[in-house]
Amino acid sequence: MNEKKIIELKGVSKTFDDEVILDNIDLKVYEKEFMTLLGPSGCGKTTTLRIIAGFVTPDSGEVLFDDVKINDVPPHKRSVNTVFQKYALFPHLNVYENIAFALRLKKVSEEEIYERVEEMLTMVNLRGFEKRDVNLLSGGQQQRVAIARALINKPRVLLLDEPLGALDLKLRKDMQNELKNIQRKTGITFIYVTHDQEEALSMSDTVVVMANGKIQQIGSPTDIYNEPENAFVADFIGESNIIDGVMLDDFKVRFSGHEFVCLDKGFGKNEAVDVVVRPEDVDVVPLEKGMLRGVVDSVTFKGVHYEIIVTINKFKWMIQSTDYVAPMQKIGIYVEPDAIHIMKKSEFSGMFGDYSSFSDELDHLSDVTEEEE
Amino acid sequence: MNKKTLIQKAAAAPHIVWSVLFIIAPLIFVMYYAFTDNEGSFTVSNFTELFQASYLEIFLRSVCFAFLATVICLVLAYPIAYFISRANAKTQKILIMLVMLPMWMNFLIRTYSWMALLEDTGIINTFLGFFGIGPVHMINTAGAVILGMVYNYLPYMIIPIHSVLSKVDVRLLEAAADLGSNPFTVITKVVFPLSIPGIISGITMVFVPSISTFYISQKLGGGNFDLIGDTIERQFQTAYNYNLGASMSFVLMLLIIISMTIMNKYADDDGGVII
Repeated sequence: MNEKKIIELKGVSKTFDDEVILDNIDLKVYEKEFMTLLGPSGCGKTTTLRIIAGFVTPDSGEVLFDDVKINDVPPHKRSVNTVFQKYALFPHLNVYENIAFALRLKKVSEEEIYERVEEMLTMVNLRGFEKRDVNLLSGGQQQRVAIARALINKPRVLLLDEPLGALDLKLRKDMQNELKNIQRKTGITFIYVTHDQEEALSMSDTVVVMANGKIQQIGSPTDIYNEPENAFVADFIGESNIIDGVMLDDFKVRFSGHEFVCLDKGFGKNEAVDVVVRPEDVDVVPLEKGMLRGVVDSVTFKGVHYEIIVTINKFKWMIQSTDYVAPMQKIGIYVEPDAIHIMKKSEFSGMFGDYSSFSDELDHLSDVTEEEE
Repeated sequence: MNKKTLIQKAAAAPHIVWSVLFIIAPLIFVMYYAFTDNEGSFTVSNFTELFQASYLEIFLRSVCFAFLATVICLVLAYPIAYFISRANAKTQKILIMLVMLPMWMNFLIRTYSWMALLEDTGIINTFLGFFGIGPVHMINTAGAVILGMVYNYLPYMIIPIHSVLSKVDVRLLEAAADLGSNPFTVITKVVFPLSIPGIISGITMVFVPSISTFYISQKLGGGNFDLIGDTIERQFQTAYNYNLGASMSFVLMLLIIISMTIMNKYADDDGGVII
């Protein structure tokens, strides 16, 4: 990845109607980077995007583009373009004219417009759709037109606001690949807003996890998944068992009444910490071989694996295992040192990571986001 | 199933009766009188009579005045409607109510009020007199007649345009700005094209009553600017020449239909014209 910085936010804050939407955000975006702003609805990710686009002016802080402050530059003078949530295609223009919109404003010659629109249509696989009415296109096709329209200006940065939110699952997966390909081919920096952690992990070079108007963690998808900084990140990205623990010494942690060897160090002696263990990293073993023992609450078949909820010392663990265990069965569990991740205590400690109230239904509900504003 | 359609038919009955009594029947009467003489036998002389210079002048003047009034209404109404549509929902309601407020008063009273305002010794001239200006002669001019039309029909232009503008998705304006439109081209390239159905409705709702109006020209034009409406009224009220009046009504109707057809050619087929 190119290390040349293109956009920087310095101490950006924004308040709407006495509600703090963004609280002192610092963010650097590099050239050719695919960056994802990830977080639940109301975390400030869309506002961050709109500040970069120029639709929202921050109350304080600086927005820099190539190290030049652009706080007061209106949207039409910024070399960024946006793919809007639900596309916002111009209903009075056909596919060709929608895509040509930016070039017509620049008074580009008719031949060049034709060439570049065709090039865009080829890229998004919509050749032959020139004369179509945009109102009659399917969601996926509208999406492609929106991408072509935003890219024809060859922006330095493309902003995408939950672009796949309105598509069904299958189409989402296809479009994810396509977007990633387009980004590689064009070398344009993408800043992508989503609440879908899987989407964020599979597409991004850098993931920015946001909550409560603050950035919780910035890192590569593997970093974010394997080394979450706090309970919020650990819970939001994938499934996590988050247990109260005490760091006894470097590489030694105690939780659930048992002492474990781990790979983390640098914490104070006897410092209270949050311990993260991913469900897929827990091994189910016969009772006598278990480091911890518990009773199986429930077992759900998920296709690839079984999802097992086990009560161990009053804490409900989630375990993903390919081996079946029966409900009410007593089992032992085994956790390898590299499966344990230690986090400092944070404002989110104790809020997440216990599966006592877990149900699939609730999980789905929390995935539904209302529109941010 | 059968029962249901019967009920549906019954529900439509009042509308059908109403249409036949008050729309179809009067039209038949107009046709009948237009193509007969005062003895009731067929003739086209009612129409040939209209080709006299004096009548042609009246028709031409009516079209011109109505056209001018419509253009002025459009030019005034569009910025007003745009301004209202950008306000928040509560303010919009209040402003629209203010636009409609004059319509709650009787048309005659409003026109008489304009007489009081425009007369040589009227309120405006009295006011101007304080500054040593005037009196400016305003009443009984073509301008006064057109002013009367504009004043009376302006709300009919504002409301349909506002109704369309207020539904334009804000994100489309953002998308246009994002793609390089300055505030002016956002309006010319996106807002205006999207508001065309409202403009067409507005033009229809101003042009039709303007071209057929009769009272405004008599009161504000002092009888110097006969319009079709006045002439038709006179045929029925003073000259008792129903046949000539009917033929004029018929021609007026044709004029309106032709104008509307031309207008609708410019409307998108999916434009959803309100009227």
